[in-house]
Amino acid sequence: MGRINATDLSWSVKGHRLLDNIDLAARDGKVVGLLGPNGSGKSTLLRLLAGLRRPDTGTVEYDETNLRDLSRRILARRLAVVEQDVTAHNHVSVRQVVELGRTPFRGRFDALTEHDQQVIDAALSRVGIADKQHQSWHTLSGGEKQRVQLARALAQEPREILLDEPTNHLDIRYQLELLELLGSLRVTCVVALHDLNLAARYCHHVVVLDHGQVFAAGPPETVLTAELIRSVYGVEVLVDREPTAGTLRITYLAATTSRTDATVVAG
Amino acid sequence: MTTNLHEPARRVPDPIAGSRPTSSRLRRASVPAVILLASVGLLTSIIAASLFGSANIDHLDVVSTIMRHIGLGELAPNPPLPRLLDALIWESRFPRVLLSAFVGAALAVSGAVLQAITRNPLADPYLLGVSSGASTGAVAVILLGIGGGISLSTGAFVGGLVAFGLLLVLLGGGRVASPTRVVLTGVLVSQFFAAITSLILMVSGDANSTRGFTYWLLGTLAGARWDGVTFTVVIILAGLLAIQFFASSLDAFTFGWDSAAALGVNVTAVRIWLMVLTSLITAAAVAASGAIGFVGLLVPHAVRILGSPMHRSLLPLSAVLGAILLIWVDTFARTAFTPHELPAGVITALLGAPAFALVLKRLES
Repeated sequence: MGRINATDLSWSVKGHRLLDNIDLAARDGKVVGLLGPNGSGKSTLLRLLAGLRRPDTGTVEYDETNLRDLSRRILARRLAVVEQDVTAHNHVSVRQVVELGRTPFRGRFDALTEHDQQVIDAALSRVGIADKQHQSWHTLSGGEKQRVQLARALAQEPREILLDEPTNHLDIRYQLELLELLGSLRVTCVVALHDLNLAARYCHHVVVLDHGQVFAAGPPETVLTAELIRSVYGVEVLVDREPTAGTLRITYLAATTSRTDATVVAG
Repeated sequence: MTTNLHEPARRVPDPIAGSRPTSSRLRRASVPAVILLASVGLLTSIIAASLFGSANIDHLDVVSTIMRHIGLGELAPNPPLPRLLDALIWESRFPRVLLSAFVGAALAVSGAVLQAITRNPLADPYLLGVSSGASTGAVAVILLGIGGGISLSTGAFVGGLVAFGLLLVLLGGGRVASPTRVVLTGVLVSQFFAAITSLILMVSGDANSTRGFTYWLLGTLAGARWDGVTFTVVIILAGLLAIQFFASSLDAFTFGWDSAAALGVNVTAVRIWLMVLTSLITAAAVAASGAIGFVGLLVPHAVRILGSPMHRSLLPLSAVLGAILLIWVDTFARTAFTPHELPAGVITALLGAPAFALVLKRLES
């Protein structure tokens, strides 16, 4: 179970500041939810955490090691990234996609070892897609593709996973199952989410971004208040507890006029 | 949706997954077997294509002559041929077949690599402007006499590399360029050098030199002689081996550049290396034989459709298939209408257009 520690991250494009002094910590196999309206900087922050973009200021550490001191290959042996809406340009099979997760462990000319095959098998059945492993990736539904990406990430045997809106194309059951799975993995996760109820239920900790800054951070119970959701998302909500399990429940009432650029929430 | 997401990882959870080890062992075994089979096909093609030609020479004589020249004379079944026939086989037919094989392999692999790194199924070896630069180099040497008497091929080779150098400069070293920017910069470089070529042809071309140049431009292997062929073969062979070194990285490009980086691939370095290597082998191929179309576009798609999308096998299979294809296209080009020869590029274009229509249909489904 790895530890991610980001301090004071800033990033701008052509003088336009997209992220400003972001602090984020994730550890001990906990699931950290990254919340905020469209364009608040969630995907950009995930890219900085993954080392895919270099921040203007600030540092990202994995178990006290600065990201800059880790080679891409060494990093990929502990950190997996599940991107949003990826497409393949060639006709790969489901299993071949999951095999890609072994890339950071394989020599250039090595065949897959028995251990590699076991890890791939385990990852395929973990996300419930083992029966379609020989199918072409292109024949899958959006939700199945998403699960294959997660299986590919699991095949990296990661200590940390970064996920950008992984529940996007999933039906309700798989949304719940995916987040339950993340919680049970003993892998530290940072996951960008749109659905506040899912975040409230499955994240141990949430970080709310607004206009590239951290608006609030902490356990969902203390962060996800009606006031916060009104000022960040521009939506009137009712926050209460659902009666059986007592978890936080957010009911959307109406879009307010106080915020014009984000009137639709909860994709 | 029969399996549950949070089911604990089991090694053999159901009959389908249980059958996996056998089928994948088969598949692992079959890739080298297919490559071996294809290589045998390639060797057979090289010998067989050397049999074709205006002079009718017995096939055992052809085999014996080639064996004698590669140091296997002891084993040759037939006695030596008269010097004229020997030269016909060893100095004319064989180097030409060999050149066809290497040019075909270079174009096919170059296309496969550029399709992968630009994630563009329409990418072909000439995407980065190398062939336009080579044309400019060729006309500069032939019509303007630049280079002090160097050959058309040398001029074309240098011109191709100059065009690629310009592309790299325009991309700023290619550090953060997107696939779209790489493709569009390639178009820009191609157009620029095509314009210079036209300008030179307009200003100083006479009917004769223009005709020779046009013939080369269409793509022909007629100029094959050992001195030139050796240079081309060495460059292409070295390039192909170096490219194979990046095969596993190319697989990681399946879902794009960021995804490859997240899998531990040094995307910037791999991209630059592959662009340099493909440009080098493409420039060598174009310099030797002009811009032969469609081989680099079609062969990689054909290999993918045949079920080998991963680059560890896609690259060697494309090389072998491209080689075999061009050997037979050129054999047809030089023998079908004797004493006249067709440029091989005309035949690949004639075959390529309908074949590409089939590929497109297949890609849609």
